[in-house]
Parts: sequence; C-alpha cells; structure tokens
Amino acid sequence: MTLLETIWLVMRKDLLIEFRSREIVYTTLFFAVSVMLVFSFSFVREGVAVEGAAPGILWVAIAFSGTLALGRAFERERQNETLRGLLMSPAERPALYLGKLGGIMLLLVAVELVTVPLVAFMFQAPLFRYPGLMAALLLTGTLGFAAVGTLFAAMLVRTRSRDVLLPLLLYPITVPVIIAGVRGTAALLQTAPDLPMARAWLSMLVFFDVVFVTLALWTFEAVMTE
Amino acid sequence: MDFTSLTLADISRSYGRRWALNRVSLRCEAGEIVALLGPNGAGKSTLLSVAAALLTPSAGRVKYGEHDAHATPALRQRIGLVGHDLYLYPELTAAENLLFYGRLHRVPDVVRRVDAALERAHLTSRRDDAVQGFSRGMRQRLTLERALLHDPRLVLLDEPFTGLDDASTSALVERLAELRANGRIVLVATHDLEVIDGRIDRAVMLRDGRLVALPPAGGSLRDRYRRLGSQLT
Repeated sequence: MTLLETIWLVMRKDLLIEFRSREIVYTTLFFAVSVMLVFSFSFVREGVAVEGAAPGILWVAIAFSGTLALGRAFERERQNETLRGLLMSPAERPALYLGKLGGIMLLLVAVELVTVPLVAFMFQAPLFRYPGLMAALLLTGTLGFAAVGTLFAAMLVRTRSRDVLLPLLLYPITVPVIIAGVRGTAALLQTAPDLPMARAWLSMLVFFDVVFVTLALWTFEAVMTE
Repeated sequence: MDFTSLTLADISRSYGRRWALNRVSLRCEAGEIVALLGPNGAGKSTLLSVAAALLTPSAGRVKYGEHDAHATPALRQRIGLVGHDLYLYPELTAAENLLFYGRLHRVPDVVRRVDAALERAHLTSRRDDAVQGFSRGMRQRLTLERALLHDPRLVLLDEPFTGLDDASTSALVERLAELRANGRIVLVATHDLEVIDGRIDRAVMLRDGRLVALPPAGGSLRDRYRRLGSQLT
C-alpha cells in the first residue's frame, strides 16, 4: 500500500465516521456561529460594523472552532483505543498523521464554507472581492493551524487534562499563523485593497505550513511510540 | 520478513517513580502458548504493550527472532494484538472495521478474508450493522478476528475471554490450539485459569513487576498459581 493509499484510507474512515455521527461538524459550526453572534452584538452598531473587525472575528472563530474539532477527532480515537489499533499496523507513521490531518482539514473547510459567508454578511466584509487570494489565505492558515493541532492532539490523547492542555500548547505556537491570517485578510478587506501585502502574508503562511508540517512529520512517530 | 521467537531481555518500564516491569525476561517460541498470569495491576498489559512494540521499555530489549522490535517497523505486519480495549470504531459496521484494518495491514484478497473472518465470528448476518449495537461478546469475537486477519506470527491477547459465552469461549480455545498448530507464538494474559488449564504450554506469573515461572506440574493451574502467589508474599 502506498503512502497516498494509507492517507486516503485513514481520511476516508474519519469522514465516514463523521458523516454518520455529524458530531464534529454540528458542534464546531454551532460554536463558530455563536462566537460570531456574540461579536456582532459588540462590533455592529446601528447596522454598521466597526471597521477592521471582520478579519479578527473570522480567524478567532476558525481557531476556536478548530480547537474543538481537533479535541473531538482524537477523543474518538481514544475512547476505544483505536489509535493503538492504527499504531499496531505497518502503515508509515507520516501517512497516519497526514490522514488524520486531511480529515480535520476537510472538516474545518466545511465549517469555513458556512462561517466565511456569515462573517461577510454580518460584518459587511467584502470577503469575496478576491476569492482566489481569500481562499488561499484561508487554506494555508487552516493547514498551519491544523498541522500543529493534529500533532498536539495526538500527543495529548492519553493525558487526563488534554482539554486544558491543547489550547495552552496550541495557541502560543500558532499565533504567527493567526496573525498572518488576520493581517492578510485585513489587507484584502481595506477600502483600498493592498494586494502585495496580502500576498506577502500568504507567503508567510506557506512558509509556516512547510515548517509545521515538516516538524510534525518528523516528530509524530517518536511522540506516538510513548 | 518473519521470525520464530519473541525475546524480552531484562525489560524494565517505569511510570514516573513506579516500576510496572522490573527486569523481566521471557522467551517464547513458535508453536507455543504461554499464559501470562498475575493479579490486577501486576503489569500484564504493560508487558503486552512492550512486546507489541507499542511502548518503549525504560531498559532492556525486545526482539522478534534476531530483529530488534523498535528498529524493524515492517515486523508490525506480523503482530496481532487483542488489547483490553477493542480497537473497533463503534460508528463503522463489522465489515467496515475489518476492511479498514485489513487494508491498513495490506492483507491480500481482503474482501474474501473479511467474509471468512465474519463467518468465523458468527457475525455474517450482522456484517452491515454498526458495531455500537453489538454486545460485549460480539465485539470481543470481532476484535479477535481483527487481530488475526493479517495472519500474524506473534499473537498477544489481553483478557480475550472477557464477555464471551460458553460457545464462544470453546471456539476461542479451539482457535488457540489452531494457532499453536500453525506455528504461531501466542502470549495470553488472563484470569480465566480454568479455561486455559491443560491448553497452554507453560505459564508465567507477574507480580509487582517481576516475572516468575509457574511450576509445570503439581495440581491444577489455579492451585499452582495460588501456591506460587502465597510463596511470593
């Protein structure tokens, strides 16, 4: 079995389980929408949104709901110790990691398909003015966040206080990703869009993705053996 | 890649300041069933995890034949483990669970093998039902098939009789004999001494992280276990 086949096998299994339970998508969506609603009461006055609020709100919603999804995705593997079942197989560890990462990425993208239009609507943000650049910022930002999150969620799966530890470890390390996402999105949304700046932040995100995914692939086996 | 023996050499494993295993040595050969006995918390599950290369020992070496367990990941293909937990996805059906693990283990002709495994587990009629609706016994039968689907050389069983009715227990005992006849190395941790009495090749006892061999003769397995236990206290 090739690396790609293993990745697809793990990803398909996770998506099939989610399709049957719809647990992560529903809870994550509910949480993201709640976050946006709360912010809308604070940042929308008389039908007009405070300038520059939308990028921050969008990325806070993605980061918080992403943390929720990461925790649940690995809680499933812990409940019946299926993670050990995966680790007992001869499948390459990087393939297992990439399969889990792919499943989480697809779930987060599904959540973003709802949250992005909602942010655009609630905060009058022109998120679809440059759809290609916006999609690239979202995808690279989500990948950077999920790459670190998948590694940490797997690492913490057997610790008792994993729900507390995951955000404590995840947010400080992914702060550069969130900042790059917020600044890149802000560059696109301002009255006179600053495309070179948005592209510069996108390049930063690609750089973070390469670093985080490489580090995660390198450390995943050692982390999982214990 | 294959092997015909499992060697645990001077294995120690600590969790913080507590030693779960303390200089444990054990060698098992192909065609042998070795029972791993001991009270709760004695370190049996830890020993099985170390033998499966899922846990790295704090000291000592695990060898499959001449190969170092941690240096030869390809040998995971030849290991089957039934753990205390069942390693099954409750949302997936019985067939989906077996197909997933079969493909992950690169089992050839996996669909036919899964059909045969479901038949052996008496679950053919429930193949498309989600595992979350199964009884403990049905899950246990399915998990045994999951562990044996890829025809492993080393079979590690942690309390495999839990939740099984009489018929399923007899079927499992027969299966163990089959595994022995087929040259498998079987290490089984259990408290069901009466069930395995007379059906194993030898037994060892773990107590406070130390391993002691049970005398091969001198009454039933339960008597020998009790006697050794009282000598060690």
